Amino acid sequence: MGRKILFITTDQQRYDALGCNGGTIARTPNIDALSRDGITFDRAHPQNVVCMPSRSTMITGQHVSTHGVWMNGVPLPQDAPSIASDLRTAGYATALIGKAHFEPLLDPFLRFTENRIGNQRKTTDNPADPHRGFDHMELSTHGAVGQLHYSQWMRDNHPEAIGGFYQVLDHELQVNALGGGETNAPQIKVNPIQKDWYHTHWVAQRTINWLNSLPADRDWFCWMSFPDPHHPWDPPASELHRVPWREVDLPAGYIENKSQREKILDDKLRHWRGWYDGTFVSNYEAPAKWVPATMTADQVREVNAFTHVENELIDEAIGDVLGAITARGWESDLDVVYTTDHGEFQGDFGLLFKGPYHVDSLMRLPLIWRPAPSAHTKPSRVNAPVGLVSLAATFAHIAGVERPSYTEAPRLPINNDEARELGHERVLTEWDSVLFGKIVHLRTICRDNWVCTAALEGSMSAEGEGELYDLVNDPLQHVNRWNDESVRSLRDDLLSDLWANLPSQVLPLRTMDAPV
Amino acid sequence: MGTVRRHAFVECDADTVWAFVGAPERLHEWFPITECRVEGNKRWITLAGGIVFEEEIVTLDHDLRRFQYKIINNSLIKFHLGTVDVIPDSPNRCLVMYSTDMDPEVLALPISGAAGVGLAKVKEMFDGR
Repeated sequence: MGRKILFITTDQQRYDALGCNGGTIARTPNIDALSRDGITFDRAHPQNVVCMPSRSTMITGQHVSTHGVWMNGVPLPQDAPSIASDLRTAGYATALIGKAHFEPLLDPFLRFTENRIGNQRKTTDNPADPHRGFDHMELSTHGAVGQLHYSQWMRDNHPEAIGGFYQVLDHELQVNALGGGETNAPQIKVNPIQKDWYHTHWVAQRTINWLNSLPADRDWFCWMSFPDPHHPWDPPASELHRVPWREVDLPAGYIENKSQREKILDDKLRHWRGWYDGTFVSNYEAPAKWVPATMTADQVREVNAFTHVENELIDEAIGDVLGAITARGWESDLDVVYTTDHGEFQGDFGLLFKGPYHVDSLMRLPLIWRPAPSAHTKPSRVNAPVGLVSLAATFAHIAGVERPSYTEAPRLPINNDEARELGHERVLTEWDSVLFGKIVHLRTICRDNWVCTAALEGSMSAEGEGELYDLVNDPLQHVNRWNDESVRSLRDDLLSDLWANLPSQVLPLRTMDAPV
Repeated sequence: MGTVRRHAFVECDADTVWAFVGAPERLHEWFPITECRVEGNKRWITLAGGIVFEEEIVTLDHDLRRFQYKIINNSLIKFHLGTVDVIPDSPNRCLVMYSTDMDPEVLALPISGAAGVGLAKVKEMFDGR
């Protein structure tokens, strides 16, 4: 028997959401224990800060320029490489339970397999050659609308509870700006749903059911993918007592003084201030009718409180699944990898949600690898820069499979020494958005505790503009040093390194077939 | 308003391609829908998920090789105009263009995506004929 792999992802979760990373609001004892016994990465970045491109990187081990899913709404090709396929070929049983999102969610023509198998209430399209290499798929997203399995399950079993979720789109099919809760914060709703009908619980229970269907001697790879704490923030009302919003401290990244906040925003690429003022919405990830400049401190508190309730529920669900795995006798051979696809502003800079903003709020991710106890790997914290692009090679390594030739990064290291040996010197992130003529292109490198972002020609930026942050002396990235002569040679060196290491973009860009 | 355009060059003469693409009742043979019914200047199409769109045929110009239609009687859709053009590029080659102008703008994207699938099908059917 080989090592089993439980790959846990959340959606839109910040590095500081977890106790093991210094978080002080949500209690996350199960994830903290994985960190204590494993390898915790303190500088892990996604290769794109929205869902579909980032998830496509996880499964392919490729940068966005290579796999070509440059924005939400661009489907990952049916025949794209998948580490799940390689593990399946090596004899692993494979499953993806929860949020996949390699294909658009808004799919009225049912063109895409994820939506089609949900609509047909199947868990595979083809048992002999399953979609993306997963023997078993049971899918969900935020809320209970659409075709995916969780929505069908809710319709079949608890239709009266569907209306309790926040309505993600408004009557014009725009991301809804409607406020809720006690502060009227956008995308907040007090949801009367029972905790055990909520998607976090459903994902964990479907995972346990699938694991319990396997023979004891079977090796397996299970991607358990929670849709939370992504907006809308509508956790079960019964759980809101866990984090009373009035008692939540404002996050360190929230700048209370308005003029200071706006001065800092004005020092960045111009699209930051354009979004803050509600004049430039570059992508479909935030409500177009909501103006961040109107956000109050209490709204930031309430959004944070709801988010951390969701973080606690995720941690408890993970505890349930780990308990079920232990009951099967698999614990000593179990590798657990925990991460998320991208971060969330959660009030930083007076903003919520995400977009073309390459700072820690969106790029610094929780990433933990708890190797199988039978491997006797020494726990450590790694501060070398790593990316989600290394996950596919890591899964191959755990399974004893040769690193697939399509992957573009080495596996994750087990400590800082090995990070150097494996070549983890830098991590790269890309952004491309062209939604109805609003164009933003960014290329970013993180190396030596600096983050350097080059803007390409776009609606509000010209080539030659950018951002440069010193992560050690300016951990909140308030001071853009792009035009600081004293660090000009460093900036130029980082840019040279970025262009030398970023794969060439596969052209022409694939078409965007949905907004999300 | 969202405006999106897809196109394909087809290695076949424009008249042959237009005879197929310009027949509104044959949409289901190339576009990813499950059913299509035409009565006069009205067309009803059924999507795989069961959604039915009622459409009004606005233009069917065989000289210009242009077909235009609107989705009507749909509470979500404030404005829609779909345009299919077949333009000769040489005696044995033509350009097929499918444009969508729509409010809400976001709906233009999945329709355009479906048009991309449809144009690929037309190309597959007519290339080299």
